[in-house]
Amino acid sequence: MQFYGTDIASRLLLGTAQYPSPAILAEAIHACGTQIVTVSLRRETAQGSGAGFWDMLRDTGARVLPNTAGCHSAQEAITTAHMAREIFGTNWIKLEVIGHSDTLQPDVFALVDAARELTNEGFAVFPYTTDDLVVGERLLDAGCEVLMPWGAPIGSGQGLRTPDALRAMRAHFPDTPLIVDAGIGRPSDAAQAMELGMDAVLLNTAVARAGDPAAMARGMALAIEAGRLGHTADPMERRDMAVPSTPILGLAELG
Amino acid sequence: MNILVNAEPRDITSVTLAEALTELGFHSPAIATAINGQFVARDARPTTPLAEGDRLEVLAPMQGG
Repeated sequence: MQFYGTDIASRLLLGTAQYPSPAILAEAIHACGTQIVTVSLRRETAQGSGAGFWDMLRDTGARVLPNTAGCHSAQEAITTAHMAREIFGTNWIKLEVIGHSDTLQPDVFALVDAARELTNEGFAVFPYTTDDLVVGERLLDAGCEVLMPWGAPIGSGQGLRTPDALRAMRAHFPDTPLIVDAGIGRPSDAAQAMELGMDAVLLNTAVARAGDPAAMARGMALAIEAGRLGHTADPMERRDMAVPSTPILGLAELG
Repeated sequence: MNILVNAEPRDITSVTLAEALTELGFHSPAIATAINGQFVARDARPTTPLAEGDRLEVLAPMQGG
């Protein structure tokens, strides 16, 4: 699997927020084998708290995917992306432009505008979007080579609200890496996303807020691998009625 | 001159962004800056002037999803 020409083996992208401690975050990263972790930018304190976090993260060896979380306009997101590129030394950006404060639904119009400008400026844009096919087309027209449709609202843990729409997205964009971003709550949700043919899953809260984040991170990684195998193995069709799996031929008459 | 630093009013004597960061105690290399919503690259800080009322944002790496 490649994102913008970079080979990535792990199909789990992990967020770094809300963990009980930095040590537990590091444990979770190692437990699931993720190669990509998301990060953000926030106001620096006089104590320089940001540098310590960045040092810890670099030690994990994971590639960082900075986000524009909390931005509500294209201009805010673009400025944040430039700041992130300078600090983290990567042109990768998880582009979020939030349309509603309560649902954290993406503003897809501003998203497309920001994606176009950032692509023109040399960024590799990972857009947090909906499962709308036309928006997906516009994002690809704007230069995106990856799409990240939501599974459910950020942090809700509801699982996939619209699996049929994601299936349609897979069929419509057969050659574009699709990453389900947001809404995953349990390993079964992640497995379902992979069975639908998604290329990867990005999650954060489901691991960070679990009672044992490292164990949940490992569970998610296994579920993603299982779901991926299930997809590539071409699952059987559902049947309306029972069909015996044990042969009828040679059945004894014992009654 | 009075400016806003991460939304806090501050009174500084520096006239460039680079000097202001030192005066304000931002010594970490892992920071990025914006003035009035416009990104200012690290290389441009020594030649970027500050003006009364400017809104300076100083951001650092943080946990994110």
